[in-house]
Amino acid sequence: MGLDMGGTHVDAVIIDRGNIVDIAKTPADRSDLFGSIWATLDNLLSGKKVSRIERINLSTTVSTNAIIEGKTAPVGMIIESGPGMDPSFMSCGSENIFITGYVDHRGREIKPFDPVEIQEAASRFKQQDIKTCAVVAKFSTRNPLHEINIQKMLKDEFCPITMGHTLSGKLNFPRRVFTSYLNCAVYHVFKAFCDSIRKAMQKENIHVPVNVLKADGGTISLDVGQQYPVNTILSGPAASLMGACAFNAGDKDAVFLDIGGTTTDISFVADGVPLFEPLGINIGPYNTLVRAIYSVSIGLGGDSAIHIENGELKIGPQREGFPMALGGQVPTPSDAMIVLGLLDFGNKDRAILAMKLLGEKLGMDARAASEVVYEKMADIIKQKVDSLIKDINSRPVYTVKELLYGKRLKPEYVSIIGGPARAMAPVLEKKFNLPCRVPENYEAANAVGAALAKTTAEITLLADTASGVLSVPEIGLYKRIDRNFTLDMARQKALELLKQRASILGAEGSETESEITEESSFNMVRGFYTSGKNIRIKAQVKPGLLYELRGVNYA
Amino acid sequence: MLRAKNRLGLVFFPAFDWAISPTHPEREERLLYTQDQVFEEGIADIEGIKFFNPGMATEKDVQRVHFCVPDVMSRVTESHLISAGGAIKAAEALMEKEVDKAFAIVRPPGHHAQRVVFGDRGFCIINIEAVMLENIRQRFGHRRIAIVDTDCHHGDGTQDIYWNDRDTLYISFHQDGRTLYPGTGFLDEFGGPAAIGYNINVPLPPETGEEGFLYVLDNLVMPILEEYKPDLVVNSAGQDNHYTDPITNMNFTAHGYAKLNHRLNPDIAVLEGGYSIEGALPYVNLGIILAMAGLDYSHVREPDYDPTKLKQSPRITEYIKELCEKIYERWCRKEGIARETLKGKEYVLRPRNVYYDTDGIMEEQTQKFKVCPNCSGLNTIHSRSDWGYEIFAVSIPRDACPACIDEGYKIYKETPEGKYFKTFLQDRVNDTYMSK
Ligand SMILES: [Zn+2]
Ligand SMILES: [Zn+2]
Repeated sequence: MGLDMGGTHVDAVIIDRGNIVDIAKTPADRSDLFGSIWATLDNLLSGKKVSRIERINLSTTVSTNAIIEGKTAPVGMIIESGPGMDPSFMSCGSENIFITGYVDHRGREIKPFDPVEIQEAASRFKQQDIKTCAVVAKFSTRNPLHEINIQKMLKDEFCPITMGHTLSGKLNFPRRVFTSYLNCAVYHVFKAFCDSIRKAMQKENIHVPVNVLKADGGTISLDVGQQYPVNTILSGPAASLMGACAFNAGDKDAVFLDIGGTTTDISFVADGVPLFEPLGINIGPYNTLVRAIYSVSIGLGGDSAIHIENGELKIGPQREGFPMALGGQVPTPSDAMIVLGLLDFGNKDRAILAMKLLGEKLGMDARAASEVVYEKMADIIKQKVDSLIKDINSRPVYTVKELLYGKRLKPEYVSIIGGPARAMAPVLEKKFNLPCRVPENYEAANAVGAALAKTTAEITLLADTASGVLSVPEIGLYKRIDRNFTLDMARQKALELLKQRASILGAEGSETESEITEESSFNMVRGFYTSGKNIRIKAQVKPGLLYELRGVNYA
Repeated sequence: MLRAKNRLGLVFFPAFDWAISPTHPEREERLLYTQDQVFEEGIADIEGIKFFNPGMATEKDVQRVHFCVPDVMSRVTESHLISAGGAIKAAEALMEKEVDKAFAIVRPPGHHAQRVVFGDRGFCIINIEAVMLENIRQRFGHRRIAIVDTDCHHGDGTQDIYWNDRDTLYISFHQDGRTLYPGTGFLDEFGGPAAIGYNINVPLPPETGEEGFLYVLDNLVMPILEEYKPDLVVNSAGQDNHYTDPITNMNFTAHGYAKLNHRLNPDIAVLEGGYSIEGALPYVNLGIILAMAGLDYSHVREPDYDPTKLKQSPRITEYIKELCEKIYERWCRKEGIARETLKGKEYVLRPRNVYYDTDGIMEEQTQKFKVCPNCSGLNTIHSRSDWGYEIFAVSIPRDACPACIDEGYKIYKETPEGKYFKTFLQDRVNDTYMSK
């Protein structure tokens, strides 16, 4: 069972080994997200054998809303910034304590932290009635011991204490600080939500794994999600893209468009696999290390307001109410598409009036004005997609091989979902000069995406045989290795640890197809001798879907 | 969100799959820790800082600067073309006003590569700054350019390339050639007949520290730049003056490099040497990036930084003071020196031996500069390597007068094919290059 919580609706779907069994849709009540979710599930499950359900995947906006609406808890930040940039811009908590101490890029402790400073931080937090805190140190992904030891000092006084290294193995200290902050800030809101789910499940006598969707289009178990709720932010676009992928199995490069009322979301798949943000998603003023599907939203949709400015047609980026066909005051692309006979809803005469008014300013009749709007909308999308592809193809690379022979994204088709999808397909096909696919039943794409999402995990392994240390920050592993550790051993170790990690996160054995995504091994030469090897590996559970969708069945 | 005061373009290309040899200082690992530091500091997230991939310099870009023997493509690897292409990309972003400043953190370096190239000298095969500058001069017009070379080694290649070009002021700070490779860079290396005084060397004693470097900058370099009024200042940002560098003997610091860069305020910086890949490069590069972006670099510090250990001796301070006075006095007298040196001369000869340390080649070379009242003067190079190749090159300078152009073509045509292993013609006026 998959469930997606959108801005206006909660959608849920039951899928049986790739076949859609049933779909339910209820209006979302933003003041009672849990209630809306439960009502939808209840609706979907009525008359079905609850015991046949194997798992439930939820995509929820609980964490996202808390951040966007500022309904977060106060957080105490303990930041060990070491030398480098002036760290003051990283103050994001209610209290921010910058402590001394420093670990370098190879994980060597240059200067220990001072326990007195930690005690002072704790008492400052308590004075402010702060209950949660985050501990983040520069290069903690290379050596987490400062974070771990500080956490040990504080663990009886604060809950939770988020340690920066547990959130991502990627290097980026400011993002680690912000991600840790957000994780603490939404912790209690998300925990309350999890508790409600558990209670309701108990009451309904449903005893199956419940997973939550992450921004990377994968899932984690409810329990792990509760510990690291920051990973559940902005999972909506991810669900939508995974759904679209389910409708478009294959291994080609493609553009994925979700054209809605107010916005169009643009994503890409490369060789059939969704493209990720290079470091992590941005939310509000924060850059994070939350792994996420690459998705760019532009202010252009069926209900975007159309104005003439200095004789030029301007569509969006705002929405100013309904299309005129539905009683709005401002002409919209939907009105144009109704006039052209591509959409069929509302009052067609009002739509014609909208285009007539627009046409008067442009010196043309209603039909011609509709054509112009329709073409222009496609042009805007095409231009934006082109510029995004150009950016993606010029992302920095670091080796001669990548620079000369690296993969370039070259879409072979366009997949469109959303209200105006079918209406827009012909004109986009012309502009892109590529086949445009509009999947059947795409209204359920988000819920389908949630239902079919599988557990994702990523780990970053670093083996430094000169220092004799192996570290995997995501699982807090930091241990000694001997000088003969090889790249081959590192690969095997990484895959083995990844499998363990994935199963802790909620994956079942059969669904974890692991792969090495990056690997390098550098000779470390000190003086005139090779002192060891610096081996770096990234491994991930191959992103994808639990099942391919087989046809579309409504029971 | 942090925002840079100056929009800064970074071409960061560590070439993780290229090395001279597995244990050579110029190897895959060289920029690894710089990358770690740059990534961990979140430099890419600073508003106003933009990363660019390098392009690839073309054969023609190289031919504008060098006479490669037997030809460009058999001397260079893809990595050399990418390194020069990285420098070009940085300059291009600046010229097209996409950024206010640019820093090319690329490898391999280039400032020991001279006009004639038989092989690798000091880890350099092509001079990436010169290839960059001549590319943008060709595309964006003539410019008065000052190159300030802060690498610990004398930039003998850059000196050679701009020896007779008064539109390119070359100033090199370096450890005294009596104590370090390549053994050149003394006060009397002062420029060719058309550019006497426009090649300035500042040989510093071993163990010069932050104080000494900043003294030279404030009391010698900045006043000269003020008088020269360049359109563009380029920093050959070698980082081997650092106190941890394994192949030099200086006492400079990351903070000092950042300060120097901040005060020099270059438009473009290009990484040159620097082989303390752990103790210095991550911090020096970060310091320079922050300084160029107009951000606070006061927290940049090496793990083992100890100001008392690095304090410069008063003897060195005194020596540098006198040295700067002497050099500045010569700069002021450059026209008089030119008149004396050139009195009654039609040609100036510059014979020397050049050693290619990495490849073990010895070259015997004579450059001949015509003293022309109307232009920088036609010049030729006659050179022979101890591997037996003898070449002859004719070079028509960028500002050549019609007489010098004609003379250049005449000499090239009249040199019979087969007389030398190769004969070259480089016509900088028409941007053409020939060889036979
Ligand atoms: Zn050097
Ligand atoms: Zn002339």
